[in-house]
Amino acid sequence: MTELFWLAPFVPGLSALLLFLFGGRLSRRWIAAQACLSLLASFALSLLATIGLLGAGRGSAPIVKELFSWIVSGSFSARAAFTFDPLAAIMGLVVTGVGFLIHIYSAGYMAKDRSPARFFGLLNLFTFFMLILVLASNVVLMFVGWEGVGLCSYLLIAFWFEKPSAAAAGKKAFLVNRIGDTAFLVGIFLVLAVTGSAEFRDLATNVMGGRFPAGVATLAAVLFFIGATGKSAQVPLYVWLPDAMEGPTPVSALIHAATMVTAGVYMVCRMNALFAFSGTASLGVALTGAVTAVFAATMALTENDIKKVLAYSTISQIGYMFIGCGVGAYSAGMFHLVTHAFFKSLLFLAAGSVIHALSGEQDLRKMGGLRRHLPRTFPSFFIGAAAIAGVPFLSGFFSKDAILSRAFAQGQYVVWALGLATAILTAFYIFRLVFLAFYGGDRMAGEAKAHIHESPSIMIVPLAVLAFFAVAAGYVGLPGVLGEKVDLFGRFLAPVFVNVPENGPAPGTEWILMFFSMAAALMGITAAYVFYVKNTRIPHVLISRFPALYAIVSRKYYVDEAYDAVFVRPLVRGGEVIFDHFDKRVVDGALNGTAAAAGAAGRVLNLLQTGLIKDYALAFLIGAVLFLGFLLM
Amino acid sequence: MIPAAFFLALSIVLFALGVAAFFIKRDLITMFMAVEVMLSAANLAFLTFAKSTASLDGQVIVFFVITVAAAESAVGLAIILLVFKRKKSIQSDDLNVMKG
Repeated sequence: MTELFWLAPFVPGLSALLLFLFGGRLSRRWIAAQACLSLLASFALSLLATIGLLGAGRGSAPIVKELFSWIVSGSFSARAAFTFDPLAAIMGLVVTGVGFLIHIYSAGYMAKDRSPARFFGLLNLFTFFMLILVLASNVVLMFVGWEGVGLCSYLLIAFWFEKPSAAAAGKKAFLVNRIGDTAFLVGIFLVLAVTGSAEFRDLATNVMGGRFPAGVATLAAVLFFIGATGKSAQVPLYVWLPDAMEGPTPVSALIHAATMVTAGVYMVCRMNALFAFSGTASLGVALTGAVTAVFAATMALTENDIKKVLAYSTISQIGYMFIGCGVGAYSAGMFHLVTHAFFKSLLFLAAGSVIHALSGEQDLRKMGGLRRHLPRTFPSFFIGAAAIAGVPFLSGFFSKDAILSRAFAQGQYVVWALGLATAILTAFYIFRLVFLAFYGGDRMAGEAKAHIHESPSIMIVPLAVLAFFAVAAGYVGLPGVLGEKVDLFGRFLAPVFVNVPENGPAPGTEWILMFFSMAAALMGITAAYVFYVKNTRIPHVLISRFPALYAIVSRKYYVDEAYDAVFVRPLVRGGEVIFDHFDKRVVDGALNGTAAAAGAAGRVLNLLQTGLIKDYALAFLIGAVLFLGFLLM
Repeated sequence: MIPAAFFLALSIVLFALGVAAFFIKRDLITMFMAVEVMLSAANLAFLTFAKSTASLDGQVIVFFVITVAAAESAVGLAIILLVFKRKKSIQSDDLNVMKG
């Protein structure tokens, strides 16, 4: 049964194909049911394979399924082959499990949309590509999945393409990702040029066997990481993710929170041998992650769009995961990826439920007091918020703490301090959101207030399941200080990560670090409570006291404007110049010149065509005589 | 036995007459007859060579030419008739609608 894991991508893939081909003729219920069931089947296959992997015991070889020989060219060859190892198992379970819940939720959320077949078809197609990315046993096949999820992301962000902002957001996401993808592609070429093999397995052996000169390894790792910053929305390529919130909320939850944006983290973990080999690259990963974490968290502080707060929060949390990868705590990074997938998709789906209840309102300033109106959404959102804030004994606490303590143990005190600052900010902005949306008095517009309603059960049940995992998922990876064998997650993943320093902090230090994490979470929550419940004048006072600072932060440090001025406008302007001079003159000139020459030739030859039979006969006679004369000579 | 050169000379004269008539005359029927004359001249040349080389090939070709010429005159006359119905003229100089 475990061998069947290779079918996991193809079930949703087939479902997507059917939906694209026949979706117009299927009923709404059938479409949603088919999409959900295909995900359920995929989840079941992944689960079976994972159980098989657990049963086979630690250190046994991963399950490999070779589909066919894909590219053979000279000495280079790439197989279309899937590998199911602990890393792929965890990512596959997250993609299919969380994906399944989000599919169910979508059936409720998108119940009135005009094109359900396109929506569910794209969600299924996304799952297909994501699983290709996860299961690929070589980097070339992974790139196929990598591009595929990018395409689906574009199509789903711009799902409501009749809205110009959505179409623009999709385009922005696609173009920004191109930058990262180009670097990724160059990285692949570099690895192929040096070792001639695209297989992840060979990559590890080659790195350890010294086939990579240190500089080349660093360059390759940096190129791959630039690819990851594009897909995973890190500084400096994070700008597309906040705009991506134009897509439907389930899309934000599935693609832009739980799975696709974390693909960069997964990729770094996949190539851990390369990254671990290059200390410089790892340091770069950790610092980029830390800077992104703080930077994005501050931008979330002043955001008033409920989904964009969560988007900045996602950027910030992925920063944490990269901190983990950068300090060699790959399993902690993956652990945070998993817990984040649960609590962030929970937050997104609950936010979707709020938006649904308010007939599309996303502005926090026009919410308030929703706790009374949405008695079932509120607790799930609250649990998600508590988990991301790092409230002790929820999943986010354990995973965040695992990363921070490893960063501290590795002597990366700057990274650790940035991480801790982010933890305070995280707790603050997420509870600001909670207090603004769910507490205080009503600030809804009259229209929205009249229609306010709790979401149907089909949307609430996935919330409840995710809330359970947002609480419980932390207990598979308890900190080492509680015992040798409590970190089940890390022990399961350990065979994947070679050449990784194992030392955690000393037990005493770890307790102190844990205390710091708790203090950070409580500090942020308390501050949010004081600012937005207790004394709601404080934010206004602060804004009027520091108007310049507020302007900078609330305009997101003018990064979009700067990119626009430095990259976008020169490109557009350059394009215009080239269009005016090269296209209009040279290209069009060549084309029009050819046409004019043909026309002139036609006009000359026209003179010969008199329409009189005698002239033609004469020409024929002359020709025949000349021909005869030629033959006779 | 008359030498083959005589027949060939006659063939050349006939052909030249046909060509001349084709270019000099302006009504289509006469031009058409000129074409028939040229065909006959060619037939004569074929027969001459067939006889002098004692081969049947030339005679076979002549039969083909006669058949094709018959078909051609049927089609050609029909076309001339239609042209006349439309144009009320069979002067070749009046027919220049294909002028470029």
